[in-house]
Amino acid sequence: MKPKLVSKFSLGIAATMAAVMMSAGVVQAKTDLLVYTAVEADELKKFKKAFEADYPDVNIKWVRDSTGIITSKLLAEKENPKADIVWGVAATSLLLLSEHNYFQGYAPKGVEKLDKKYYDTKNNPPLWVGQRAWIASICFNTVEGKKNSLPMPQTWNDLTKPVYKGHVIMPNPNSSGTGFLDVSSWIQMKGEKKAWAYMDALHTNIARYTHSGSKPCKLAAKGEIPIGVSFAYRGAKSKNQGAPLEVIAPAEGVGWDLEAFGIVRNTKNLEAARALADWSVTEKANKIYNEEYAVVAMPGVAKPVKNFPPGIESKMIKNDFQWAAANRIRILDEWRKRYDGKSEPKS
Amino acid sequence: MTDSAATTTAPASAPTIKPKVSSEDWIMRAVLVGIALYLIVSILLPLYAILSKSFKDVDGAFVGVANYAKFFSTPALFWSIQNSLTVTLICCVIVVPVAFLYAYALTRTCMPFKGFFKGVALIPILMPSLLPAIALVYLFGNQGLIKSWLFGYEIYGPIGIVMGESFYVFPHVLTILLISMANSDARLYEASTALGASRIKTFFTVTLPSVRYGLVSAFFVCFTLVITDFGVPKVVGGKYNVLATDIYKQVIGRQDFEMGAVVSMVLLLPAVLAFAADRVVQRKQVALLSARAVPFQPQRNPATDGLMFAFCGVVGFILISILGVAAFASFAKFWPYDLSLVLNHYNFDLMDGGGWDSYFNSIELAAWTAVIGTALVFTGAYLVEKSNGFLAGRAGLQLLCMVPMAVPGLVLGLAYVFFFNAPGNPLGFLYHTMPILVICTVTHFYTVAHLTAVTALKQMDAEFEAVSASLKVPFYRTFFRITVPVCLPAILDISMYLFVNAMTTVSAVVFLYSPDTSLASVAILNMDDAGDIAPAAAMGMMIVITAAAVRLLHAILTRGILARTQAWRKR
Repeated sequence: MKPKLVSKFSLGIAATMAAVMMSAGVVQAKTDLLVYTAVEADELKKFKKAFEADYPDVNIKWVRDSTGIITSKLLAEKENPKADIVWGVAATSLLLLSEHNYFQGYAPKGVEKLDKKYYDTKNNPPLWVGQRAWIASICFNTVEGKKNSLPMPQTWNDLTKPVYKGHVIMPNPNSSGTGFLDVSSWIQMKGEKKAWAYMDALHTNIARYTHSGSKPCKLAAKGEIPIGVSFAYRGAKSKNQGAPLEVIAPAEGVGWDLEAFGIVRNTKNLEAARALADWSVTEKANKIYNEEYAVVAMPGVAKPVKNFPPGIESKMIKNDFQWAAANRIRILDEWRKRYDGKSEPKS
Repeated sequence: MTDSAATTTAPASAPTIKPKVSSEDWIMRAVLVGIALYLIVSILLPLYAILSKSFKDVDGAFVGVANYAKFFSTPALFWSIQNSLTVTLICCVIVVPVAFLYAYALTRTCMPFKGFFKGVALIPILMPSLLPAIALVYLFGNQGLIKSWLFGYEIYGPIGIVMGESFYVFPHVLTILLISMANSDARLYEASTALGASRIKTFFTVTLPSVRYGLVSAFFVCFTLVITDFGVPKVVGGKYNVLATDIYKQVIGRQDFEMGAVVSMVLLLPAVLAFAADRVVQRKQVALLSARAVPFQPQRNPATDGLMFAFCGVVGFILISILGVAAFASFAKFWPYDLSLVLNHYNFDLMDGGGWDSYFNSIELAAWTAVIGTALVFTGAYLVEKSNGFLAGRAGLQLLCMVPMAVPGLVLGLAYVFFFNAPGNPLGFLYHTMPILVICTVTHFYTVAHLTAVTALKQMDAEFEAVSASLKVPFYRTFFRITVPVCLPAILDISMYLFVNAMTTVSAVVFLYSPDTSLASVAILNMDDAGDIAPAAAMGMMIVITAAAVRLLHAILTRGILARTQAWRKR
């Protein structure tokens, strides 16, 4: 019995070693570029294909997760970063990371063609460069809305009306980048005091808080809940797939954040990382960004996206990333104190 | 105290007799120390890394108990302790008696279809805890099939957590009770009958006392599994916060590793208490299966058998329904608006989670974990229970073996990041590889596997070793010729337990996987997180099917071995 086990063992080890050696042989031809991203999974294939067509020597390896998770993963590794480049992650998170000296400055070829408000102009060369904006929206399920005789909400304030009690769901800002940009935008629009009063009222209507920003809209699409506070891309996408949804950009203005990239300070694949950076500010890349997102970093490229709420660009608030990054922990602490602990008392 | 005082005052007058330590003992001690070292590196040092984190601020400066002060002054976090304890205790009060009756029916009655019920009871073990929770959403959610059965109460909250967790821990609890009930001495029952005791009296004076160790084990396995599980509360917890989801939120959402470390330290407390309780009970335990024992064979009793059959039928039906709903949901095109059956949701390559690659990675992880883990766990348990002397070392290893159960997977995974990814750690090369996932998974599930082995070994009389030793048979021969064959059912259970848990674990590996080692179970979490609930159910079904198939294959392959080695149990 024993020798049998041992031989099985060594066989397994030999097989593993052979596999490792073989894969090492294949890898040498191309540079593996480890890219940490929060871009929705259904878009990643497209980006990889387009980039590798232009740079055949580079092989992108995605580490993809939602904003909060990818950010905490990066922070957990801050002493010894693994990523080569952080790409398609919230600018607020990149600012937070750059406080930990995470990135090295690099001005991609042609970065000056981008809108100045979409990349880091404080540092030269910039530590981070924006790609496109993702924008808050409300997803409203018309079938479930009718069933519960709910009028379609038009403003953020509408959501606090008693008629919507238990019918609204939003992302938890602690884990979701979308949730955080909602809260941050309400505070920037209304001022601290009014914004918290608003969220107090909203909280009584919220059925529960989800971990990710796209989930409220997907739940609304399924009719699990009539109203999901989410973002425009997810709403438009679900509607295009045939969900009975209306995607609404509330009248007061909508919060947003940038998907942005920054090259990690200790990357061993600097050349490949810079290649991706260069590629990401090209017109070609911006056109691909525009396939799903209405607002991109290069002016004059964007065309309207199907089923995006009309006029959503004009409703984007003047977002202060520095303020948002600097106040992130304080806001989340306050939010948690007010709403996270208010779990229903045991009944 | 008085003893040591006596020896120090009069050492010469009372020379202590020291048993001779043979070279065999030294071999055993070396192996024991080796396993202890493995556990120190794979659990204690990472735990120390995360513990020290709880006393530091963001920049790594020592701040004493400031983080703890913050924890206890934040009502939101304090309420979570109460919430966690509430759902956990309710769950255990439900599950332990149910599992006990179920185990009783399987081992002590002549109920029909025992094999079927034994198989059905294992359904929950084949899936990540996320999947029953997802099924509950399809059953009782706002678009659920039988939402009205909740009388207006919401599934998102304590009700959902208790339902999901009860389902999830049932087989874990049952496994322990089955093993502790499998070996019993028929002579006790004969004596009880001969003395004219009623069946009920026999139950309370023979059956119950004989499994009390198993019951206590079962209770605290249930307790720690539920309190540290985050799959169920993550999906159906709603606004009801528990400690495990708090850690997730602190770490993942707020990037507050220090507070995450504090909450995990708070979660360690119940495990320490559970361990203390275990030691107390263990000291009172006596070997039930002596070398002279006669295996128990249940007698027919139509009333009891029928009653137990009905009971198991109800439990089995619930277990099957949950699986059935998950399966149906994975095929339904667009719940609830279009219920036509399609395979779309199985096209994982367009979703979060790494696509089909993650599925194959999970199989690789499970295979390694089962092989390496079983060898390690059983050897460790054997040395703790059956080696001579070296009490400090054995107690130390036993203590180490208990630690993993206390550690929520999320904390373990995070601790691994801090420990293995620290600059200058010579083991740093393991980071982001398959081996670190194997190490993490073996360690994560070490305790229940260890307890299973210990429970089985405990029921073997120490006379086996004593007789072998007096016949000058080397210990390893006794081990391979007697201990392993007698305990083979437990060993097979352990390897299955490890394989299946490696397939289903989420929390421990969520921080450790790399693009080359993405896993199926993590894919479920990521897909559910992103709101792709049907594909999450589909990936869950792939895990269920795989685990079930491997289990079946395993059962067929080992049937012959079992028949050969366990024939002595039957008269």
